[in-house]
Amino acid sequence: MTRTLPILTIVAAIIVFWYAMTVVMNSKWTYDQASRAGVEVSFSEMVADTLAQDRPVLPAPHQVVAEIWKTTAEQKVTSKRSLVYHGWVTLSATLLGFAIGTALGISIAIGIVYSRVMDGSVMPWVIASQTIPILAIAPMIVVMFNSMGVTGLLPKAIISAYLSFFPVTVGMVKGLRAPEGHLLDLMRTYNASRLAVLWKLRLPASMPYLFASLKIAMAASLVGAIVGEMPTGAKAGFGARLLVGSQFGQPLTIWSALIGAAVLAGLLMIVISVIQRATLKRMGMAT
Amino acid sequence: MMHWLIMALGVWVAALAVNIELSSQRGFLAQLAMPVLFGAALIALWQGVVVGLNVSPIVLPAPSAIWGRFWAETPTLWADFQQTFIGGALSGYIMGCGAAFIVAILVDRSPFLRAGLLPVGNFIAALPIIGIAPIFVMWFGFGWESKAAVVVAMVFFPMLINTVAGLQSVDAMQRDLMRTYAANYPQTLLKLRLPSAGPFIFNGLKICTTLALIGAIVAEFFGSPIVGMGFRISTGAGRLELDMVWATIAVAALAGSAFYGVVALIEKRATFWHPSQRR
Repeated sequence: MTRTLPILTIVAAIIVFWYAMTVVMNSKWTYDQASRAGVEVSFSEMVADTLAQDRPVLPAPHQVVAEIWKTTAEQKVTSKRSLVYHGWVTLSATLLGFAIGTALGISIAIGIVYSRVMDGSVMPWVIASQTIPILAIAPMIVVMFNSMGVTGLLPKAIISAYLSFFPVTVGMVKGLRAPEGHLLDLMRTYNASRLAVLWKLRLPASMPYLFASLKIAMAASLVGAIVGEMPTGAKAGFGARLLVGSQFGQPLTIWSALIGAAVLAGLLMIVISVIQRATLKRMGMAT
Repeated sequence: MMHWLIMALGVWVAALAVNIELSSQRGFLAQLAMPVLFGAALIALWQGVVVGLNVSPIVLPAPSAIWGRFWAETPTLWADFQQTFIGGALSGYIMGCGAAFIVAILVDRSPFLRAGLLPVGNFIAALPIIGIAPIFVMWFGFGWESKAAVVVAMVFFPMLINTVAGLQSVDAMQRDLMRTYAANYPQTLLKLRLPSAGPFIFNGLKICTTLALIGAIVAEFFGSPIVGMGFRISTGAGRLELDMVWATIAVAALAGSAFYGVVALIEKRATFWHPSQRR
């Protein structure tokens, strides 16, 4: 209770602020329309009008909710007008990219921990690779793969993978080096092979670090998938909805896609948290 | 054409051999030489593969072609850099991080607000905020203002949660010491809590450098004047001038790395006392 009340207050404050901004930002249009029609609008009429415009500058929260309801519950899931369909397209690219990125990140981390050559030569480039705004060239990478005949899920997933491998690599390098000297010495006294040290000591010890990085990686992966969807002729996915809404001037489409993406991000975070809690509990690491 | 490929592989193997040799060396020069060699070998391999296998410049241009384009189009690239980096990214970065810093200090005074804002901020920081770009372009027009607004929205929450967490990092013992000195709130803030929040604040600032550049470039995909790095990338890709696109990417990479480097350098100076900065 002591935790939920402040959070609910903040969320309520955000919604109130959103409504206030809706009235402020849409009022110009209302006054314009009224002066053209030659009528005076009272304050209450103005407020009522700003909350129910077809193409508002900023849609009110309940309009967005209505739009989402219309595009999820009232459409068939397979329909191209359904937000569930677009969400599924984005989700599948996100998950594929996340899987590739995580596998790549863990492999690079193992390489860096076990090889001094890789530690010296690759690690600086892993860090430098993230100061490059790769997301900015994501559309081009998709176009490039399309021209090579690779279409569909894979180009988007590659962008997601590129964005998500970095947090996993950095986190896992830290995690694999987490076991202290006396633990490693104990493994030596057991005459354990390098593989056994990895499998029985380093990997288990790195689990808390892994889950912390997985959450960042998942968020990055979702962003990558959404941006990757923008140039593909705006066919499907949240990114395509954003572009369609932007090009045809439909704020409701943009906002429903945005909220949809936010809900998806929230759900993915919850899934990882649940797996994290269950795993750490079984391993006796729960805090 | 095959000899290009063989040469590139030769350079790669040689660089690898030198790096294996260097990895047993200690000292600053060896530490610096290893990543430089790795990068050079990577570029050599790229050049060799593109020329050797005759890869079409529509798929992947050779580094030499990108290099040539970079010097031929310097004025254009400079104008793009000013529009996107100075106009969009940097101004948005300063406004967003500044606002987040001030809000963090205000929020920090109320435990209730802090308890509510931290989880919400953490959640919002994980959202794909970049999606707000088309909306901001609609609101603020095609100029740099809309890009700066996108950058503000992207950097605000990561900076906020890092600063709030940093202000909380002071332990009870140090706080008690300030109390025994009869220090008031501003004194505690300036002399104890802000300095000890330094590593967290700089962590946020470093994360935000990349976010700022990404936000400014991606926002330009939704509408921009006929100048800017995002504009150059999207039109270059459309006209299949990939060497121009890669030259712009090189500028973005240099700008991004330099931006990060400058912030890291300031961090080194400002938080020299922190264990992670000691040598």
